[in-house]
This record gives sequence, structure tokens and C-alpha cells, in this order.
Amino acid sequence: MTTATLSRQTGAALWRNVALPILAILAALLVGALMLTLSGFNVLAAYSALWSGIFGNARNLGEAMMRATPLILIGAGIAIAFRCGIWNIGAEGQFYMGAAAGALIGLSAGDLPVWLSIPAALLFGALCGGLWAAIAGWLKVRLGLNEVVTTIMLNYIAIGIVGYLVTGPMQEASRYNPQTDEIAAGMVLPRLLPGMRVHAGFLLALILPVLAAILLFRTPLGFALRAVGYNPEAALHAGINVNRQYVLAISLSGAAAGIAGAVEVLGVIGRLYENISPGYGFTGIAVSLLAANHPVGTIFSGLLFGALTTGAELMQLTAKIPSAMTFSLQGLIIAFLVSFRAMQGRVWRRG
Amino acid sequence: MEWIVGLQALLQATVRMAAPLTFTAVGETYGERAGVINIGLEGLMLIGAVTAYAVAFASGSIWLGVLAAGLAAMVFGVLFGVVTITLGANQIVTGAALNLVGLGLSSFIYRAFFGTVTDRAIQPLETVKTPLLSQIPVLGPVLFEQNLLVYAALLLAPLAAWVLNRTMLGLAIRSVGEHPKATATAGLSVIGLRYGAVAFGALLAGVGGAYLSVAYANQFVENMVAGRGFIALAIVVFGRWSPLGALWASLLFGFTFALQLRLQAANIQIAYQFLQILPYVATIVAMILLRGQSAQPKALGVPYTERA
Amino acid sequence: MSEQTLRLRLAGISKHFGAVHANNNIALEVAAGEIHCLLGENGAGKSTLMNILYGLVRPDAGEIFLDDKPAAIHSPYQAIELGIGMVHQHFMLVPTLTVAENVILATRPLFSLRRLRETVIRDRRAIERQVGEVAQRYGLKIDPAARVSSLSVGEQQRVEIVKALYRGVNLLILDEPTAVLTPQETADLFQTLRSFAAGGLSIILITHKLHEVMAISDRVTVLRDGRVVGRRITRETDMHELAGLMVGRDVRLTVDKTPARPGAPALVIDRLTVVGGDGRRLLDNLSLQVAAGEILGVAGVDGNGQRELALAITGVIRPASGAIIANGQALVGRTPRQIADAGVRHIPEDRQHMGLILEFPIADNFVLKAFDRAPYTAHGLLQPAAITAYAQTLIERFDVRTPSPALPAANLSGGNQQKVVLGRELDSQPRVLVAAQPTRGLDVGATEYVHKALLAQRDAGAAILLISTELEEVLALSDRIVVIYEGRIVGEVPGDRANAQKIGLMMAGVQTASQAGGEYK
Repeated sequence: MTTATLSRQTGAALWRNVALPILAILAALLVGALMLTLSGFNVLAAYSALWSGIFGNARNLGEAMMRATPLILIGAGIAIAFRCGIWNIGAEGQFYMGAAAGALIGLSAGDLPVWLSIPAALLFGALCGGLWAAIAGWLKVRLGLNEVVTTIMLNYIAIGIVGYLVTGPMQEASRYNPQTDEIAAGMVLPRLLPGMRVHAGFLLALILPVLAAILLFRTPLGFALRAVGYNPEAALHAGINVNRQYVLAISLSGAAAGIAGAVEVLGVIGRLYENISPGYGFTGIAVSLLAANHPVGTIFSGLLFGALTTGAELMQLTAKIPSAMTFSLQGLIIAFLVSFRAMQGRVWRRG
Repeated sequence: MEWIVGLQALLQATVRMAAPLTFTAVGETYGERAGVINIGLEGLMLIGAVTAYAVAFASGSIWLGVLAAGLAAMVFGVLFGVVTITLGANQIVTGAALNLVGLGLSSFIYRAFFGTVTDRAIQPLETVKTPLLSQIPVLGPVLFEQNLLVYAALLLAPLAAWVLNRTMLGLAIRSVGEHPKATATAGLSVIGLRYGAVAFGALLAGVGGAYLSVAYANQFVENMVAGRGFIALAIVVFGRWSPLGALWASLLFGFTFALQLRLQAANIQIAYQFLQILPYVATIVAMILLRGQSAQPKALGVPYTERA
Repeated sequence: MSEQTLRLRLAGISKHFGAVHANNNIALEVAAGEIHCLLGENGAGKSTLMNILYGLVRPDAGEIFLDDKPAAIHSPYQAIELGIGMVHQHFMLVPTLTVAENVILATRPLFSLRRLRETVIRDRRAIERQVGEVAQRYGLKIDPAARVSSLSVGEQQRVEIVKALYRGVNLLILDEPTAVLTPQETADLFQTLRSFAAGGLSIILITHKLHEVMAISDRVTVLRDGRVVGRRITRETDMHELAGLMVGRDVRLTVDKTPARPGAPALVIDRLTVVGGDGRRLLDNLSLQVAAGEILGVAGVDGNGQRELALAITGVIRPASGAIIANGQALVGRTPRQIADAGVRHIPEDRQHMGLILEFPIADNFVLKAFDRAPYTAHGLLQPAAITAYAQTLIERFDVRTPSPALPAANLSGGNQQKVVLGRELDSQPRVLVAAQPTRGLDVGATEYVHKALLAQRDAGAAILLISTELEEVLALSDRIVVIYEGRIVGEVPGDRANAQKIGLMMAGVQTASQAGGEYK
């Protein structure tokens, strides 16, 4: 073994975390092109519409950042859970709980000064999302229930609870639609740039992943979380409280999703209604995976997925191509990425 | 006597609602008994739903639609197998990706091909009364006055249980999910068995999705599966990884759906959302009560590598 | 033994994994009715060779001849069709199925329209009867209706053998079959194997135990580093010659050590009981004491409570009753962390799963029990420089062969991985050390290193509890020896070689010499 081994290690990491994701994106676009061709669309027209939908003008970029905000926040949180080896598939439900919490404060704290009310809404969102996730963590460590199944169940329970809130106790005064009233005007997150919907929440989406990365890679807590994620048995033998790390990791992950929910209510929607998330929680999983579960990487993968969404919407307007294609592209990117990584792993072992 | 009519209608709806869950959950039970968990059932059902609708619309034959739905979902099941079984990638992650692909693809196909069609209705699958048996009070209409796909679902579960428990194939499937290496050293192909079980599970998920579009709603609606794929996953756990257990659990879940719709329709002032979340709460409660004596296959979710 | 027919001939078998030549141009011949031992240390390539023969591993080169006909074996299925059976070291049985189900698995087509009736299991009783008859015909006692998970290891091994016999076998491979057996069970097994061979069955026995070679085999082939280093007719050789061939030089069966100077008891275990998930008593009122400055060896057959003993002391599992006292402090109820801080350190039996985080850098593995303390953490943040510096000193002190502390521990050889564990556990000068299977899977050089390190620790005043299933190791290192059997200490002897026979009997749960043991010498 020589120092060459070491540089090969860095090379492998670079290949794994940068080159393979790019290859996966290209492969997904290729399959997307096949899909378009088979459906009788002009691929070139479609992809150029997609491209200009993203980069065509500054407004589109702003839109992409707005779309990316919840994805980045959720993705950075999921990265923490996945690094600890706990499969949080419940970000969708945690997002709903955070959104409900944000709306509750947004509806009731309008009289407080903004510097107090907005942080309170975000913190309450984090708390509710975190506690919701902690249920699955607790069920795992105390009763041994598989968190994949429980988090999926908790998603639907959360969506049901929000459905109840907006048709019952939190319904708008007119009792007409299943939604709440608009939140206090003063609590709407300020727009960052004139004429664009990107709001102050995006700044949070730049800060939170950095904090998450520091937590994971520079603090003893992160050390313990990662140790458990790689090898829970060895971590247990080393005196690390494995159960505590599981609950902490999924709670932090849920808190991030909760913040995302509150930010979405305060920054974009301005109220709570029944189906407030178009599957952000599930897309967030893809965002984290594309970033190799590195929180800072989720800024890039989140922006990519956000841009794909806005680009596809404009593609639908200009080229009449169904925007639902983005979900397929996102799914394909992940499918290719895990395949490429698995193939690389095989080559590595053999070599 | 009015309440008997009401109960009969409720139970009839229960069985109708349970059928797609039964198809999907029985299929997933096979996959999981072979050691592969596929959380992409939602996506597979959507692919099945749109394929069945499109083929039935184009050909005029619902049965051709159902067949096409099963085959289309099976193709995606095999692709899922390539990634998880052959390449050994994480099954949860790949399943999540499959959900996104299915969601996007089904809506894309529907909009691309039916965006401009105005008359989108298809002939509904007709109800077939079983002679004599349908005359039994209450139970007759509930079990023997349904469409053929419902009958198929009701027959599928016991048949699947028999194959699993009483045939050499079933023995092999039960082995490969518990101890794949022992199965390999006994002279069987772990990879082959797993592909077979996953493809079969995907086929049934496709049929379950097809049921929703051509036998239940008589149309396709974007994201119409609405979480049933995830419910099927819960049913497998609830049914303790047995096909008959899956049937009972499907009926239970179907009952809460039917009751929920009845209450909503009757405009009864009770928060129907609580009924909506009941199956999910029930699943967690059941998991808590049955913990420790879990029937979960030992090798579930663990990729098999041939290196000895 | 009839020499005229050659049941098996292997020629030029080679296989490499990465840079390691597991098999290098290996030739082997086994006659009909012969018991042939394949002797070699851990990692010599025995299992790889047999896995190739059984179709589990594809060779890079070489040919296989069965009854002088070339055979292509690409899967276990083909091996079984050709009459090869294998009893694996880790049993290949599905615990949730019954004995009969395990035996008939894959013996009939899974799906065949023409043979549809064979694909159905119509009458379980009839199949159980059939399996029972096969077992009885070969004198193997098993209950075909029993669930495998309820069987003892000895019974499970019999199921494995019946599985092979049921499939019709003329060449039976057994991989380390005695590792989990008591001497009595071993004697029974050897009796059975002899009767099989007398009936014309060819048997290959993989082992690294010399006395087994002498007791059972007709011929022996010795492997070292993936090559054949010797072929002998058993009655024309002896244990010393074989030992020399196996390790490549004359072996010293003893370790240089000075007499111990035991001090006050440092580890006291009093009536410790551990109950398993199924209600079985894994440790049953076990008591023992280890004095400062002595090594207490715990001898026993694998699976008699050794694992639970180590895990209870280190706080990983909680005993049902009893006391564990180290240096006057009660340990029961404390966390693994608190116990480590009390000066009780642990070399776990499985370094890759319990001792190291293979994906972590070597440096992080050194601080696995102290990463959140100064100087490795300061102001709430990890201090990579301090961690690396500490790792550098341990890498030098414990002679870990690596270009950098930043390399993942997975990249190290087994011996160097164990040195990382030793470094972490010994650097704090523990007063109590629990060493479980400390040399399992290590080569001769690394084994010597570990033994010396343990003795040095003893001489520095540590109380060492050595738990090992290698009787040789226990005999060589221990100042006193206790024998563990079914969760209890069944006897104690001073640590010198004269007691090997006595210990062997106690390991089998036999207190007096009259009942067993004579047979397999």
C-alpha cells in the first residue's frame, strides 16, 4: 500500500460524487428524449423550451430558486437521517406538520413584532416536524418497528390531520373552501428581488445545509451519527448511544422538513390548505441522494430539481409537453445514479 | 329492514375497494417473501392504471387493457429487478425512484395522448351475478354480485397461499427470503427466484392499478392511485406476509374506505379525515401489538452477492 | 479404501480475488471410499477450493474430473447433479422451515407442466417419513418434523448431512465440521463418516486441526498461501511434520512467558445470569474471578455463552441477575461508555462488525471511544489535527502498516485492523481487559504479535479475561483456565498443557474420563 492508494481514494470520491451524478442526469435526459420521440414530440424543441424555461430570463431563475427552497431544506435534513442509517421516508408528513404549525403562528401572531413572529413560526414548524418524525424514531428504538413503514403511515396521518384542520378548527371564516384565512400580512416572507417570487426563505436554504454539514462532519454529534450509520454494532460497542442517535437524526431531519413547510406557507402560499405539497417530501429524498447525502450538495441538486420543475412548466406552455415529465426525469436520475454507483462498487471490488 | 340494505351496500363497496389492494398486496407479499421490498408499488399501479385505460380506450376491450397493464408494470418490475437484484442497489431508494417515474410517466402519457380527446369515457366492466350464490341474503350480493376482476382478486389470495405453502416453488420462495445462501447451495438460483417474484408482484400491482381505471372509475385521473400503493405495503405487514392475511387486511382497509365515502355522502357531521387516517393508525397499532413475533423475512431488503 | 478408481481429480485450479491468489495451480486427487483431509491455516485457500468444486466460485483456470470424466461445474445445481454434497461451516439451513422442508428443497422441479404432480407438496407426513427413512438408513437421528431453529448445532449438522445424502451423493465435502461440536459429538461424527467411507463414499474434510487429520483421514493434502505444499499418506506422517508444512516453519506450540504474579482480584463475576430472547439461560449463575496481573483463559466450544459473557461485562447486554465488579465498582446497569471509562476494555470477537467502523479513517477508529473529549473535541467542534496526531503515535507504537491515518480502516489487512483495535483498547492502560477470540482469522505473525501484546499487558498489571475457542491459544497464554459449558463454569485447572485431555472432556460437558474422549484419539 502506498500513497498512490490515497490519491486513488480521492479520485474515487470525486468520480462518485461529481461525475456519476452528471452521467446519471445525462442518461435520464436521454431516456426522456426517447419518451418524447415515442410520443411524437420534437425532442430538440422540447429540450430547448426546457432550457429557456430555466435560463431564458432572470425571472425563471428566480422561480427555480423558489421551487428549490423546500427541496433543499428537506433534502439537507434527509441527508442527516440517511447518514445515520435511518430511512426517513416521512418528510412529506413532516412538511405538512411544519406547514400547519407555520400557518397557526402566521394566523395568530400578527400582532407581534416581525423579528419575533417569523422566527417563532419557523421554530414552531421545526418543532412540529421534528416531533412528528421523532414518533417514528421512538417506535423504532423502543418497539423495534421498521421506520420505512411507520414514516409512510405517518405521512398519510399528517395529511389527514391537515385536512381536518382546514375543514374544521382552522377553516377560513367564510367556511367556503377547505383552507385557512391568509396569514398576517406582516409575516409574509419578503421577496428577495423585485418581480420574482423567490423569497427570504431561499437564504435559509443556503444557510441550513451549511449548518447541517458542520453538524455532520465537524461536531462530535455528527461523528456519532455517522458512526451509527456505517456500523451500529461497532458504535454500540464503542459506547455510543445508538438509539439516541437514531431518534436525534430523524428528529433533526423532521425539523428541517418542518421548517420547509413553514417557509412554504409564509413565503409562497400565504395560507394552509389540503394538498399543500406536490410530493416535496418524496422529491427531497431524490435531492439528498443525488447529493450523495451531503447537505451542501443538496443546494445544487435542489436547484437542479427546482429548475427542472419550472423549466417543465414553461415547456408545457410553449411546447405543449406535459410537465409531469419532470417527475419521471427525477426518478430516472436517481435510478441511474444508484445503478451507476452499484456498478462502480462491483468494478471496484473486482479490481 | 333499511339498515340491511345499507349494510349490504356498504359491504359490497368494501369488497370493491379491497380488490385493487388485494392484487397489489398479494403480489408484494411474494416479492417480500423472496427478500425484495418494493416501495415503488404506487408508481407501478399508476403505470397499470394508465396503460389499462389507454389500451381499453384504443381497443375497446377492457380485458386487453388489463393484460397490457400487467405486462407494462411487469416490464418496470424487471427494470427494478435489474437495479436492485442484479446490481444490488438499495431497494428503498430504487423504489422511491420508481414511484417518481410512475407518477411522471402515467400523467405524461395521459396528457400526451388524451389531452385533446373530448370523449374519454370507456365501457365499464359489467357486474356478473353468480347463479344461485348471489341469492344468498346479504352475503350473496356482497360476494357474488361483482365484476370479474373482483372475483379474480378473491380467488387469487387463497390460490397464492396454496402455492406458497404447498408447492416446491412456494418452498423455494419462502427459503430465498429467509436464507438466500442456503437456497443457492441447495441448487436454486437466488437471482432467478427473486426476479420471478418481483416480476409477479409488479404484474399484480399493474392489474391492481388497472382495476382502478377500468373497473372502478372508468377513466384515468392523474395520481388516481392516491396512496393505495403505500397502503398495499402496509397491508403486507398487517397481513404478516401471508396472502390470506393480505386478503383480510385488504378487506379491513376497504371497509374503512367504504365507510368513509358513505359518511361523506350522507353528510354526517363527523370528521371523515379521521376515518381516512384510520387504516394508517391501525397499521402502526398492529405493528406494535405484533412486534417481537414478526414474520418478516430475514433477508428482506438485503441484496444477494454470489461471492462466497 | 480402494485405490483403483479415482473419484475426483483437480488439475491446475487457480483463483484470485483482487491481488490475493486464493488458489494457485492446485492439484488434488481423491479415491472412491477415501477420507481425504484438506489441511491448512485460515486463509490458506481450502474453502475457496471447495467452493469452486461446489460451483459457488468460478475458477480463473483449471479442470475438474469426476470419475475420470471432465466436469463443468458452474453452479451448486450442477455439483449436486454430479453427486457432490457439501456441509458448510456455517450451516445452510433455513431456520423457519422444518427439517423435511430443508431436505427436500430443490429436489423436485419448481415448475413443470409435464411433471406437474411433482411440483406439489401433497402429503407432508409422507415426505417427513421419507426423510426420516433416509436418516435412519445412515444411522443419523433427527426428527423430520422439527423446525430447524429449535435444533442444537449437532442436530443441524446431521440435517446438513441428510440433505446431501437425500440428493444422492458420492463425494461429500465437510468444511470445518468440528468447529461447533463437542469432542463427544466429534467422535460420533467421525464414526459416521468412517461407516460412509466403508460404503464407498468419498469424503473431503477441511480442517486446520492436526489431531483430526491423524484421527480420521486416509490421506492429507496441505495448503499454504493458496498452494499445495505437501501430500502425505496419513499413517506415514505425524503431527509435527504436518504442522511444519502447514505454517512453513517449525511451530512453537508454546509462547515465551514468565510466571504470573497475580495481585488482588480486579474482575469479580458473581452468579451472573443472562436470559436470551427465547427464555433460554445463556449464562447460568456463572461466577469467576480474575486477579490483576493474570490471564484467565475461558475454554469452551463455540456457542456456550462466551459471547454473552463478554457482552455482559462490557455493558452491551443486560444480565437478568448477578453482579459484575471491576476494581470495586459494580458494572451491571452501567452503559458501555461508563464501563470503558471505569478501565474495562474489550477486544471484541469480530473486529470488522464490532470493533471497527471500516468506512471511517483509521484515525477516527482510534478515537472511537474518546472523540467527544479533549483534545479531540474542543469548543464543541472536532479537532482533526489532534485526532491525526494521536493516530500517528499509535500507528507507530502498534506498528500498523498504512501510508496514512486518513485511509479507511477497510483498506487494512486483518492483522493491521486488529492492531488498530489493540491500540485503541490498550493505550489507556486498562485494568481489566476482555479479549474475545483475539487472533481469529489472523496469520501466524499477527497472532504472535497479539499474544505478546496481551502478555505485556498482563505484566503491566492488567487482569485479562481471555475467551477463545482455540484450545491451543488458551493453553499457551493462560495462567489459569476455566471451562464454560452451557453458560456455566464446569471446572478450573492450572494453565499448563498437561490438562488438555481433562479440559477437552469438560468442554464436552463430561466430568469424568470414563464416558467419552477415548474414541477420537
